[in-house]
Amino acid sequence: MKPLIEKLTSTFSPSGYEDAIRDVIRKEIKEFADEIRVDALGNLIARKGKGGTRVMVAAHMDEIGLMATHVDEKGFVRFTGIGGVYPRNLPGGRVRFVNGRRGVIGLDGGVFSNDLPPLDKMFIDVGASSKSDCPIKTGDVAAFERPFLDLGDRLVAKSMDDRIGCAVAIESLRALKSTSNEVYFVFTTQEEVGTRGAQTSAYGVDPDLGFSIDVTSWGDTPGQRDFDVALGKGPAIKIRDGGMLSDPRIVEWMIGAAEKNKIPYQREVLLGGTTDARAMQLVRGGIPVGCVSIPCRYVHSPSEMVDYNDVQNAVELITTLLRAPVKLSLAGK
Amino acid sequence: MANKTPAVGAAQFKLLEKLCNAVGVSGGESEVRKIVLDEIKSSVDEVKVDALGNVLATQKGRGAKRLRVMLDAHMDEVGFMLVADDSEGLYRFKIIGGIDPRNLVGKQVVVGKENRPGVIGAKPIHHTTPDERKKVLAEDSLRVDLGPESKIKVGERGTFAPNFQRFGPSLMSKSLDNRLGVATLIELLKVSYPNIDLCAAFTVQEEIGLRGAKVAAQYFKPDLAIVIDATPANDLPMQYEAENVFYNTKLGLGPAIYVSNSSTFDDPRLIRFIQNAAQNAKIPHQIRQPGGGGTDAGGIQRVGVGVPVVSVSVPHRYTHSAMSLSRIEDWKNTLVLLHTALRQVTPSLLKR
Repeated sequence: MKPLIEKLTSTFSPSGYEDAIRDVIRKEIKEFADEIRVDALGNLIARKGKGGTRVMVAAHMDEIGLMATHVDEKGFVRFTGIGGVYPRNLPGGRVRFVNGRRGVIGLDGGVFSNDLPPLDKMFIDVGASSKSDCPIKTGDVAAFERPFLDLGDRLVAKSMDDRIGCAVAIESLRALKSTSNEVYFVFTTQEEVGTRGAQTSAYGVDPDLGFSIDVTSWGDTPGQRDFDVALGKGPAIKIRDGGMLSDPRIVEWMIGAAEKNKIPYQREVLLGGTTDARAMQLVRGGIPVGCVSIPCRYVHSPSEMVDYNDVQNAVELITTLLRAPVKLSLAGK
Repeated sequence: MANKTPAVGAAQFKLLEKLCNAVGVSGGESEVRKIVLDEIKSSVDEVKVDALGNVLATQKGRGAKRLRVMLDAHMDEVGFMLVADDSEGLYRFKIIGGIDPRNLVGKQVVVGKENRPGVIGAKPIHHTTPDERKKVLAEDSLRVDLGPESKIKVGERGTFAPNFQRFGPSLMSKSLDNRLGVATLIELLKVSYPNIDLCAAFTVQEEIGLRGAKVAAQYFKPDLAIVIDATPANDLPMQYEAENVFYNTKLGLGPAIYVSNSSTFDDPRLIRFIQNAAQNAKIPHQIRQPGGGGTDAGGIQRVGVGVPVVSVSVPHRYTHSAMSLSRIEDWKNTLVLLHTALRQVTPSLLKR
């Protein structure tokens, strides 16, 4: 599975510009899905099985990035963020535009200062010397460039958020030889700018229930507090986050499957942030949802770290969940 | 209906003046709606006013395979609502939409259904201290002064007084945002586009959260949508000859094509399509700098199974104030660009 993770994290597709990653994923899944389609917002929707409970599984394809706002007279590219881009993760970093051009991020006034300027006091140097020889135009988009790093159990890359979720979804689809349910694996667009693709794809799929696969924060490095999720202790079953309360029946279903099959898991109570499940929950007449999270250190930096065992256990948990007929108990509702 | 290229001449200036001088603060758009209904009735196949007050008109095409193309322009403008009667014709108010309170002081306004004149005043320089003059007068400390015989009731809306002017290459008025868009859409409807089903939405309540557009998109269920709006030009030169790198758009460079703002990432296929249409016909155009702000595109894009969207705006300075300013050429080029693009719409546009 490591080559797949490397391939997915080496693809450049910021929010709204998911063409490249969609092509990669489509190739990976086309022999395993019963039907594949792309909707108006670019979501890639793959169906497996027919006739049972309709389950939507969402992993977002997009990644955070940058968008050019202006090229100045000397050829420096001013930019704004796409999604949650933090100034401290940028200086000295390298980026790659969707048109292939690379560049490095510089600061107004140079680097010999401890002050951290806002994004509008930074620029991308693509090696141009004037506006006319700069290959970048206002509106062009870029993503971070950073090589994939295999540290054994731990894997580091840009865009683990949420290509690791895409990898888990792809592997789960492949492992799911048959299912009694009608499962829709949806590789969504524009999650980082407001779970937008999930909203329209959930409307189109109209599932009975669903969950997202996404990264979550971590609590196991110096200075991190009050978050009981660590790398290597299993996928995290979300109970709540900043935008969604998981349906208790979904949480029960997931924990039951993990315990019965002795798959390690963690209980996740996240205060900030949210995932595609939030948008799914609120479409049409409302949908019961939850989320399987992959613990991930240094989220929204160019070097996001996950544990390979958590990833494999997430695949096992999800295939276990999807194989047998899904029936939510109405007890307690 | 002749298949002609729309032009900007005396009739169009007259229509724009009428639209700009009409008052249509969000939620109270009826004066603008009446003008729109009157202007479009002879050039559309169907028209209705929906529950929220949107004007929804359809012009059917004739081709075999045609896309449903929604064109959207919001009718409403920013303003205020009276919230308390302080007697003697003085009223407290709350801003509707986004107005910088610094743009309120000393402005002539009109209030209520009969557009009664009034003023938002402040203590004159004779009676203020230097310290007082450094402070911004907040909305709460200002009053609308309508005089003691106004008979205006709390809950009525008002906005800056009508003041349309055309001089040389420029247009000046309150509410160029978005009467420029409304006028553009009316002119487009006077032409016919047999290759598409044109779904025209003149929407309400854009300035307070893109509300009318969401409902309009649910009604039309279009294959794609183009939003016509007016966008700020923050293009004055910087001091000390530094380069202005945050201008949003510039006057005189033509219609502004959106790529992203806080409400939408515009569809890359539609961005390219509009750009190509402009380049091939040598119509001046510019890319609006990505950044904040929003248009009805954000309301439309995520309705139902989703709608590919793009926005095209007329740049204008000093928006959401008593008087903004735009160039006639930019408006004309916006109209011609949209006309040129619409004629080229085919189903293959949405191929991935």
